This record gives sequence, C-alpha cells and structure tokens, in this order.
Amino acid sequence: MTTLAESGTESRFDALIAADERIEPRDEMPDAYRATLIRQIAQHAHSEIIGMQPEGNWLTRAPSLRRKAILLAKVQDEAGHGLYLYAAAETLGVTRAELLDALHTGRQRYSSIFNYATLTWADVGAIGWLVDGAAIVNQIPLTRCSYGPYARAMVRVCQEESFHQRQGYESLHVLAHGTESQRAMAQDAVDRWWWPSLMMFGPPDSASTHSSKSTAWKIKRHSNDELRQRFVDLCVPQAEVLGLELPDPDLRWDEESGHYRYGEIDWDEFRAVLDGDGPCNHERIQRRVAAHRDGTWVREAAAAYQAKKNGAAA
Amino acid sequence: MNGVTREGLEQPAGAAKSAGAASTVPTVAREGLDLWEVFVRARRGLSHQHVGSLHAPDAEIALRRARDLYTRRGEGVSIWVVPASAVSASDPGEKEPYFTPARDKDYRYPTYYELPKEVRGL
Repeated sequence: MTTLAESGTESRFDALIAADERIEPRDEMPDAYRATLIRQIAQHAHSEIIGMQPEGNWLTRAPSLRRKAILLAKVQDEAGHGLYLYAAAETLGVTRAELLDALHTGRQRYSSIFNYATLTWADVGAIGWLVDGAAIVNQIPLTRCSYGPYARAMVRVCQEESFHQRQGYESLHVLAHGTESQRAMAQDAVDRWWWPSLMMFGPPDSASTHSSKSTAWKIKRHSNDELRQRFVDLCVPQAEVLGLELPDPDLRWDEESGHYRYGEIDWDEFRAVLDGDGPCNHERIQRRVAAHRDGTWVREAAAAYQAKKNGAAA
Repeated sequence: MNGVTREGLEQPAGAAKSAGAASTVPTVAREGLDLWEVFVRARRGLSHQHVGSLHAPDAEIALRRARDLYTRRGEGVSIWVVPASAVSASDPGEKEPYFTPARDKDYRYPTYYELPKEVRGL
C-alpha cells in the first residue's frame, strides 16, 4: 500500500516536472527533492546573512556620506534576501531556528567567498562588481527553478542584486580613474577577488557531486562550468572598461569557441576554505553566533508580547 | 471540510501526507513568532498580490516588517498582512475533482458556439 501511494506521488511529481510546471509547497514531493531544496535554500540564505559581514566592516569607514548610504542600503538588501530565502525554506517544513542552528554549529555551509577579508575600501567595489556579479549569473537561472517559492524569491533577489553590482562597478571605476594609489588599490582588490569569485560557481562539472539529480529535477538549469564561462565572458570586457587587469596570465580570447579561455582554478584553496581553513571562517561564525546570542532578549520579548496579545484576544 | 485545510497558504502539507518523509519533515511545532502572509497592491487599480511571508508577534509589527522587507523600492501603495493560520487552501492532490468539472462544461466558453460566418459584432 505504501508502495502504491509512493508511486502515485512520484508519478504526479514527475509529470509536473516533465511539463515544466512549478512544484508548490502543498504538493507531494519525493523526500530527496525536499531535502535537496532545504539544503540548497538554507545555504543560500546563510550566504546572504553571512555576506553582510565583509561589507558591514566598511560601513563606518565609507569615504563619503553618499557611499555610506549606498552601502547601508546594500547591506540591508542582503538581510532582506536572507529573509526571503529563509521564508522559502520554511515552506518545506523546517523552522528558521533549526536552520540558524545548523549554520551556527557548522552542519550547513555558506558560500566560501565570504570567508575572505575586506582589507581596503576598494574591496567593497570589487565585491559589488565580481561577487554580486557572479551571484547574478548563478541566480538568474534559479528564477526558473522547479520549486515555486524559491523561484519567486530569486526574482526579487535578482532585481535588487543589479543595484549591488552597478554600485560596485561605479565605485571601482572611480578608484581606477583616480590617483595612482587609488588605482593601485582597485587593482589589488581585483587581484584578490577574481579567483575566489570564479570558485563561487562550485567545483568543475567533472567533480560536482550534487549536479545530476538537481538537473533532472530542474532545480539546476546550467552546469557550474557553463555559468562560470558566462561570468568570465561578461567580466573581461568590463575589466577593460575599468582599465584594470584580471590576474590570469592564461586568459585569452578563443576565436573558435567564441569564449574567453581562463587558467587553472586552485581547487585546493576552494576545498580548504570550504572545510574551514579560509582567512575568516572562524570570525564569521563567531560574529554570527554572538549576534544571535545578543538578540535573544529581543526574540524573547517579542514572543512574550505575542503570548500576551494572543491571551488577551482569546 | 473535505479537501480544505487550515495550514496556511505557503505551508507544506502535513507530515502525515508526506508518506515516509519523517526524516526530512520535522514534526516539532513551529516555535517563536506567528507566520504572516504578505499581500501588496502594486498600483491603484490593481488587486493585492501575494509577495511572501514573514514572522511577527502581531498585525501592527507584521505590517511594519512587510513595509521594510517587501516595499523598499516603491513596490506598492498598500499592504495586507494575514495570519497564515487564517488561510484555508484547497488540496493540490484533489485537483481533479475540484477543477475538472469546470473544464468539462465547454458550453461555458464563447468558442463553444458555432455562428453563421456572415454575422458581425459577436
């Protein structure tokens, strides 16, 4: 009987996927599909809120009031993106508290890129251009992913992300056309952020462990290497306009394929950062846990207020 | 109440319905604050549309949070917040009995009717 019920679920689900329809929260779905989505959406949400830290580092030291207002708005957006995504994950039957606990205890990860330090003001520009640029390339196909709430959250995120990328590029452009030391600072930031940005697309297709099922389920629409190539092709001409070098001696235009060819990515570094040995892994989690702990009284007060309100209404 | 549930608009079907999903669908109660569904009217003349959900202890704070979270760039001129628990939803598994009859009754559609070719304005 269980087998019959399960095959019914699978066939309806498979038919919806085959018809390129969206799966919605109340639809029945295979356990593995649900688990894969919870993991992916949660890690995406974690990346958004951990991603507030590297740039938040420069909020008090932005070079002008204009840049400070822009950066505040951007960091606020990242918090918003985290909330859209946690809400999307919650439609799959997990609680926000569980997801945050998984982040705090290291059971779920966030993007390796946020474990790098923001050493200079130019890093804020480089993050906007390269990190948010890579995120956009990754996220645009997710607006068509098979799970409705995730796809809808991605539509909002992508609309807002465009501002992030453009403000970063503009900031970097100003530095690249400023004094010699400003230009050098911009170049140094690009030198440090370029390779980690390429790693944001995940391991090469030949070594990706999650890809095949996610592709069959239409969660993933393009391979890691396809998206990485798309990003490189977009960035090379943008770097030329900036007048900055991308730190890859092997980077060259390939007439035959119509793509830019790039050098070997240091996957040992990627794995080391993912496994906790990046420059700021410890600091990022420590700060997140401290923020959560410091907010305990606020959550408790809100819960007490809600209980009082609900009690008064009953 | 057949086919009607009160679990909220964007909430997953109960653990009992997801046969064998016990390992991935936690059965613990949702702790903390209530869940609210947010609807935004983009412009005058349009209806409110569902945009997402959030946690809040009461309606007033839910509205304020909805403004901060969903209308930072002039996305709307009006917001509704509704407790997710107040939404009754049809069961997606009962799609056939719920929605098929309407499709069977093709005489409800204008294209069902054959009219003389020469007639105009119909």
